[in-house]
Amino acid sequence: MSFLPFAIAIWIFLVGLYGVVSSHHLVHLVICLSVVQSSTYLLLLGIGYRTNGAASIFVDIPLNTKAVDPVVKALTLTDVVVGAAVTALLLALAVQAQKRFGTVDPDELDPLRD
Amino acid sequence: MSAGEGPARRRDSEISFATRRRLFLVSGAVLAALMTWALAGMPAFGDYHGIYGLLLNRVAVPQEHATNVITAVNFDYRGFDTLGEEFILFAAVLGLALILRERRDEEEGPPDDDAVGRQVSGASVAVRLITVTLVGPTVLLAGYIIAHGAITPGGGFQGGVIAATALLFVYLGGEYLALRRIRPLPLVEITKATGAAGFVLIGIAGLIWGVAFLDNWLPKGTPGDVFSAGTMQLLSVAVGFEITGGFVLILSEFLDQTIVLRRRRGARSG
Repeated sequence: MSFLPFAIAIWIFLVGLYGVVSSHHLVHLVICLSVVQSSTYLLLLGIGYRTNGAASIFVDIPLNTKAVDPVVKALTLTDVVVGAAVTALLLALAVQAQKRFGTVDPDELDPLRD
Repeated sequence: MSAGEGPARRRDSEISFATRRRLFLVSGAVLAALMTWALAGMPAFGDYHGIYGLLLNRVAVPQEHATNVITAVNFDYRGFDTLGEEFILFAAVLGLALILRERRDEEEGPPDDDAVGRQVSGASVAVRLITVTLVGPTVLLAGYIIAHGAITPGGGFQGGVIAATALLFVYLGGEYLALRRIRPLPLVEITKATGAAGFVLIGIAGLIWGVAFLDNWLPKGTPGDVFSAGTMQLLSVAVGFEITGGFVLILSEFLDQTIVLRRRRGARSG
């Protein structure tokens, strides 16, 4: 069973990717992209987990308690923040696409069209 | 955009949806196999032995007096990375404001709710009461989360997002115009810029103090106290300012798009 978290990370990644490939709406596409990204949270936290490890916050547990890895947790925090910023930026682009071309279907967005 | 181009128009080079899906299923299966192969070579789940992280778990409290090791990693041991992360967010919000700026063919109109002859029932009294009651505690919670970043779970990033949601409560419970009054955009932008600059300045202050950039130069206090962990708490507040300003700006820009900006009559796109 020790492979399960990684398997789920792969599954979320591919499900999100399928959503991106089959998308008919830019907002749907952006949300699918954030699904792809959320697989990285699971992957990072899965890598740093130690069986029965406590959270690496030593307020009310002794210093030598077995705890999970803090570096991947900090990376996950970075991941979440950057993900939110990128999602906001992409949604803004979707708004502009709708204004300029009158459509949010990626199939109808033609790069050669004015 | 030229007229007469229906959505039905398809280019010759375009592949059909079914073909695209088949292509994805094949390549997705290959990708899944490769990923499984790669991840199978990883240390087993729950059996991680990264020296760096485990060392930090042991030394962060005695060395930096920060009981939340994750904050210690973010604002001290790898503070330089967080500086980069902060500027990614800064650049993204800047880009968003630039993309969503008022275009030449748009004009700011009154919000839909205020249109002449329109009867808007507005939010019910219950919704108003709940949201107005929640604004204060939300801001307080945000302050608490930011101030205790180095001690318990939290910090500037988390607290900043919570503070920005207070704005959404005002929008949900009240009118858009009330929202505009409590959210003077220049002040929001100054908050955000102060946060970003503050992070750098706190780092540079370390150089003046005679230690490395972003090194912890303040007295470190007792672990577990609010005034402990030295510069980490200051950095957490700086990040809190930047995130609050950034997310308020993001939310405001999107709300402005839907509510106030409309195409000028007779204007052409492009």
